[in-house]
Amino acid sequence: MHLFSTLFAGLLFGTGLILSGMANPAKVQNFLDLFGTWDPSLAFVMGGAIMVTMPGFWLVQKRTTPLFHDAFHLPTRTDFDAKLVVGAATFGIGWGLGGFCPGPALTSLPLAASGTFFFIPSMLVGMMLAKYSAARLSKT
Amino acid sequence: METEFTPFASLLGGGLIGLSAVTLLATHGRIAGISGIVSRVLPPSVDKAGLPQGIIFLIGLLLAAPLWFVLTGAAPVQIVSSNELLLVIAGLLVGFGSVLGNGCTSGHGVCGISRGSARSIAATITFMATAFVTVFVLRHIVWG
Repeated sequence: MHLFSTLFAGLLFGTGLILSGMANPAKVQNFLDLFGTWDPSLAFVMGGAIMVTMPGFWLVQKRTTPLFHDAFHLPTRTDFDAKLVVGAATFGIGWGLGGFCPGPALTSLPLAASGTFFFIPSMLVGMMLAKYSAARLSKT
Repeated sequence: METEFTPFASLLGGGLIGLSAVTLLATHGRIAGISGIVSRVLPPSVDKAGLPQGIIFLIGLLLAAPLWFVLTGAAPVQIVSSNELLLVIAGLLVGFGSVLGNGCTSGHGVCGISRGSARSIAATITFMATAFVTVFVLRHIVWG
């Protein structure tokens, strides 16, 4: 049952990305193109998601534990560091260049656009490089 | 190339993404951050305890497009750039940046903002700003 709920969550997430237009890089880049072919749709995706997530999270956290697990795993950090800002800035440049972020890219894999086959392996390499360099830095 | 403004489909699709995030928190107490879920199943330091959950969530994500095709009879509309070098660079930056900054559009943009996390709000403003600038430079200066 608990594995099924995770599968359901993944399926729901991917379906939401497709229905909303987030899985179409052209639509993402048009949202980011204020001075060109601007398409404001993505603001509605974020709005729709937050309208459900904000009250949903509030309700869920009235429980002391999740349904199938012994504790909530929520981020606890509140400090600002250079990694957060540099990481987010780097991510934004890549997102603008390709119109893909991790969820939509993976959801697009079965659609087999040739560009996706170049984006996803590079993204996985980028992630491993970041993990590897973080591991190296924490040792020194 | 222009794309059609789709406020209702986008709002509804966003709602489904939110429902997924709430489901994951309610059942497993986890944040639906895709970069986090993917990077935790990658080496080095694979999260062995969370591995089955991560893989199953990703399988669900990968099944969405085939299911869409079965239910609607048409593949989801999508235009992906065919500039391979651009996509390789974009992928590297997205992967590296999302792990370094502890999140992407889902973890910071949806879940973090919904929790009122100051770190996530700062991250979202930052990646939105660099993404807007990148598209401006790409479309109006480089290719302009």
